[in-house]
Amino acid sequence: MADAFNFELVSPERLLVSEKVTEVVIPATLGEMTVLANHAPTMTTIKPGVVSVKLASGQVNKYVVFGGFADILPTGCTLLAESAVPASELTHATLQKRIETTQGEINHAQSDEHRTKLEQFLAELTHLNGIVMPV
Amino acid sequence: MPSLKDLKNRIASVKATQKITKAMKMVAAAKLRRAQEAAEAARPYAERMTKVLAGLSAANAGNAEAPLLLSGTGKDQVHLLIVATGERGLAGGFNSSIIRLARDHALKLLAQGKTVKILTVGRKGNDILRRTFKDNIVDYVTFREVKQLGFAQADEVAHKVLALYNAGEFDIATLFFARFQSVISQVATASQIIPAKFETTEPATASSALYEYEPSEEEILEDLLPKNVAIQIFRALLENNASFYGAQMSAMDNATRNAGDMINKLTLSYNRQRQAQITKELIEIISGAEAL
Repeated sequence: MADAFNFELVSPERLLVSEKVTEVVIPATLGEMTVLANHAPTMTTIKPGVVSVKLASGQVNKYVVFGGFADILPTGCTLLAESAVPASELTHATLQKRIETTQGEINHAQSDEHRTKLEQFLAELTHLNGIVMPV
Repeated sequence: MPSLKDLKNRIASVKATQKITKAMKMVAAAKLRRAQEAAEAARPYAERMTKVLAGLSAANAGNAEAPLLLSGTGKDQVHLLIVATGERGLAGGFNSSIIRLARDHALKLLAQGKTVKILTVGRKGNDILRRTFKDNIVDYVTFREVKQLGFAQADEVAHKVLALYNAGEFDIATLFFARFQSVISQVATASQIIPAKFETTEPATASSALYEYEPSEEEILEDLLPKNVAIQIFRALLENNASFYGAQMSAMDNATRNAGDMINKLTLSYNRQRQAQITKELIEIISGAEAL
C-alpha cells in the first residue's frame, strides 16, 4: 500500500477536492506526470487535460481541467486550475462551446504571440475533445 | 393641520414604502449569503496563488529580466484606476464611498502632474465619475445582465487591463473596491495590482530555492502574473458583490425602521385628531341639549 498524501484541487470559484490520496496523474505542460507521496518539490504549469486522482480508499476520480499550475511538495500537492469540472459532469456541448470561444479569440488576437498561445490551447482542447468524448 | 383623510393617506403610503424596503432587505439578505459563500470559496485559490507568487517573486527580485508585470515599467507617470462599483443604488454609502476614495486619489495624482486614466466596472461608478472625469475614462465594463458573477467576468476585465498595459498605456494600476468586513461594515480599499506587490507574510521563503520548475522559473512566472491580475480582480469583484448586498441590507433595514417610526408618529396624530373631533362633537351635542 502506497503512502497517502494530501491533494487539493482548487479553481478560482471553489475548492473541488481536498483529500488523502495515494496517486495523482497531472497533465503537465511537458508531459503527463504521476505524483506519489514524497515527490520532490516541483512547480509546473498544466495544460488542458484529465487529472486522475486515486483516493486512499482505492477509488479513482477523474477531473477535467483547463490550464493552471501545480505546486507539488513531499507532503502534498496543490493543483490550481483555471477551471475544473468532474469528468462525469463535462458534456460534449460545453467543450464544444469552449472550442468555439477560443476560435473566436484567435480571430481577434492582436499579437502573433497571443495567437500562437491561443492556437496551442485550441489544439489541446481539440485533443481533449477526442479523448474524453469519443463520439 | 392635515385633515383625518390626509393622515390616513399618508399612513397608507408610508406602509407601502415599508413593504418595499422590507422585501428588498430580505432579498439582499438572501443574496448576501450566496455572495459571501462565493467570496469564501474563492479564497483558497487566491491565497495559494499569492503564496506561490510571493516565493517566486522573492527569488526573482534582483533579476533585471523579470517580467514587466512584476518589476513595472520603471516609471510612475500614467496611472490607471480601476474602479469597481455596484450596478444599482439603494445601498447606503456603498457606491459613494468607493467613488470618493477613487476621486480623492485621482485628484491627488492630477495635482502631482501625473496622467490619470480610469476604467470603471459597474454602472453606478461610471455614471458618477463621468461627471468629473469625463476625459479620463478609457473604458467601461458593466455586468448588468450577468446573474452570477463568475471568473469569466473577471477575466474579461483582466484582458482589457493587460491589453492596455502591453500597449504601454499606463505604468501603475490601482484597483478600487469595497472590502467586505462584516454585514454592517464595508471598507473602501485601494490596492495596487500592477506592478504586482506582495505582502510577504513569511520571511523570505527559503523553500522556493529547492523547487524544481517545469518549464523554467521565468516561464512559470510569466504565465502566472497575468493570471494573478485576473484573480485579484475576481476577488475584488466578489468582495464588492458581498459588500454591496451587505450595505443594501443594512440600508434597507434602516429604511424599514424609519418607516415604522414614521407610521407610529402618524398614527398617534391620527388618533389624537380623531379623539379631538369626537370630543368636539360631544361638546356640541351637550351644549345644544343644555340650551333647550
